[in-house]
Amino acid sequence: MFKRKECVAMLLAGGQGSRLYALTEKTAKPAVPFGGKYRIIDFPLSNCVNSGIDTVGVLTQYQPLVLNEYIGNGQPWDLDRSTGGVMVLPPYQGKNGAAWYKGTANAIYQNMNFIKRYDPEYVLILSGDHIYKMDYSEMIRYHKAHASECTIAVIDVPLSEASRFGIMDTEEDGRIVRFEEKPKHPKSTQASMGIYLFDRELLADYLQRDEETPGSQNDFGKNVIPRILADGIRMYAYRFSGYWKDVGTIKSLWDANMDLLGDKPVYDLSDQDFRVYSRTPALPPQFIGAGSVVHNSIISEGNNIYGTVENSVLFSGVTVEAGATVRNSVVMQGCVIERDAVVQYAILDAEVTVENGAVIGEEAEDGTPEIAVLGGGIHVDAGDRIKAGEILNAAEYRKRKAEGGERK
Amino acid sequence: MTAAGIIFSNLHDKNIADLTRIRTMASVPFGCRYRLVDFPLSNMVNSGITNVLVITHYNYLSLMEHIGSGKDWDLARRSGGIRILSPYITAYANYENRLYNTHLEALLSMQHTVSTLTEDYVVLSDCDGICNIDFADMIAAHERNGADLTMAVKRVRVTPETAERYIIVESDESGAMTEVLVHPNVYPTGEVDVNLNIWVVNREYLQSSVMNAQAYGFSSFSRDILQRNVGRNRFYVYRFDGYYASIDSLSDYYNHSMELVSNESVRRDLFNNPDRPILTKVRNSPPTQHKAKASVINSMIADGCVIEGTVENSILFRGVKIGKGSVVRNSILFMDSYVGENVFLNCVIADKHVLFHDGIMLSGHSTLPFYVEKGKAL
Repeated sequence: MFKRKECVAMLLAGGQGSRLYALTEKTAKPAVPFGGKYRIIDFPLSNCVNSGIDTVGVLTQYQPLVLNEYIGNGQPWDLDRSTGGVMVLPPYQGKNGAAWYKGTANAIYQNMNFIKRYDPEYVLILSGDHIYKMDYSEMIRYHKAHASECTIAVIDVPLSEASRFGIMDTEEDGRIVRFEEKPKHPKSTQASMGIYLFDRELLADYLQRDEETPGSQNDFGKNVIPRILADGIRMYAYRFSGYWKDVGTIKSLWDANMDLLGDKPVYDLSDQDFRVYSRTPALPPQFIGAGSVVHNSIISEGNNIYGTVENSVLFSGVTVEAGATVRNSVVMQGCVIERDAVVQYAILDAEVTVENGAVIGEEAEDGTPEIAVLGGGIHVDAGDRIKAGEILNAAEYRKRKAEGGERK
Repeated sequence: MTAAGIIFSNLHDKNIADLTRIRTMASVPFGCRYRLVDFPLSNMVNSGITNVLVITHYNYLSLMEHIGSGKDWDLARRSGGIRILSPYITAYANYENRLYNTHLEALLSMQHTVSTLTEDYVVLSDCDGICNIDFADMIAAHERNGADLTMAVKRVRVTPETAERYIIVESDESGAMTEVLVHPNVYPTGEVDVNLNIWVVNREYLQSSVMNAQAYGFSSFSRDILQRNVGRNRFYVYRFDGYYASIDSLSDYYNHSMELVSNESVRRDLFNNPDRPILTKVRNSPPTQHKAKASVINSMIADGCVIEGTVENSILFRGVKIGKGSVVRNSILFMDSYVGENVFLNCVIADKHVLFHDGIMLSGHSTLPFYVEKGKAL
């Protein structure tokens, strides 16, 4: 017997994140590094812990190695519990054969046994591709207060962007009357954040029905939610205001990193009341050398800075040699920027080396920068040039070198 | 081979009375994010030692909070792991209540625990020395020599005036100890090997030495065990030629801290060996923000700082805030120090949670750094 939990969270972390290209070639999107020392999954995981939810199933499918290793036993989030805690849930082989997770709803359906062990009243469905701080316990309180059976967190988005989201139409008290997935002519600006709170019985029931529906894509937004709504079940929208950012594209990932900078950052990581936890490597403190210039940047442990760093986010173990410049960029762990190299408007994945005098990315001319992206482990030769907006993984870079192109 | 570790946390507290007023020598902060105990502890863990005893005396709250369950050193173990041995004081048996002042007295007071060790060797280390030493190599040398005890030594130049600070050992070509001089007040100028308070001892030899000490009322490891038995038992020296900083005074503490920013080889020696990382308690601070007007040069900075002013040749611990227009030079600011706007600091050591209000100016001198005690608001 397991101790009963009020709420179990299920975190959908199997997505490929194909719009992040080279960054998600070897890692699932939730494991993509963010903000100097975090990975995207730290945000929903920390939210769970800060909201008193101590049982979290992480559904993995695509390239799970880094994610599995990162989550480990859950200790950095205090989720190494004797009952509950964080549990990685990959697709598995059952008596009647094996199946990949066919969609978000199917992934939960295949793990109903995990949920049932804790006999929870509520199930919280989360996704691993947003940067935000949210107290889910407030959402649960709201759910109870409205005798809701399914509550969806919503955020106000500009009308011009509303057609990218699932849009809710609600009554005054928050009851959802209409839900449209990516509507051409949105009737409201309340966008679904992909955070669903279900009464467990209701969820089990509708997942079972969805499973038995031929032709269903087994997706919450496309299939399950519309069906619950059509059946007249009490569904409420929980309004969230605050920072929330989808980091599913190169530009939005870069933007979200830039949001951490500034004298009054749009999104402040140093809020001690609602902390974001992460697995921290054992590295020495950062060292800022005598000839260096560092302005408006996030600098992490194990960094050795002898050059110029401006408006950038540097992850742990990065070296910027004397004469090198890093500007308006995101440089992930273990990168080395050698003498006189320039990195601007770029995202460098882990362990990239930029040799002497190479230039990555270009200054944005009209204020909408095109971000150059280099995949993990690339060794950029001395004097090479990577254009604005170019996205290369290690194999593509090698191929380009072999063809002798783009050599300055 | 198997080895256990014993760390003495308090023996040198009086060296830096300011910093140890509220903590043990072992828990004195050093190098942005470490405590002195992290060095011997990491050295042990990096050499495969997973059973570690930390003997403590008084003022050990900060030590216990730092070590916690030991998980940051992978020492939260089902068997072995880390144990903090606090003084064993009973209400009745008076003779049990003596607090110890020396290595041997400390071991005597923990005789029961020491007698339960089953490893082949015991590595003993103090907390006043900062180094990154490979104990596995030292134990291998100990084994090769068939030694009873091996002492880590470093070659230093002594003068008749400075010799008194050291335990000086002489040895033959094979490294066998021939003479032990405990704080000699007369010694000619020259290069000598001095004791680093790091020893590898055969476990059985250690246990019988402690039993003998009990029987004969011995109290000094160096006088009663080393000096009495040198030449009779197999004592060897192990020369350590890496960086070693001994913290004998507040100015030693300041100077060795400043070496971290002035000397790249010191940082490399201590911190840049991927196989022998110095581990410490993880605080989970966000990364440090250098704001638009920040100007930082030649400084070592931990996570969780927010810098809006100027920082030069300084060491900032976790969570330090430096306000606009402030200048911090040649200073060491401990955890969560708060420096307001237009503050000027030079050669200051600020303990934890010190608050410098706007406009404060404070300067010590490199030969006499100004120490501000924990929690003070200026």
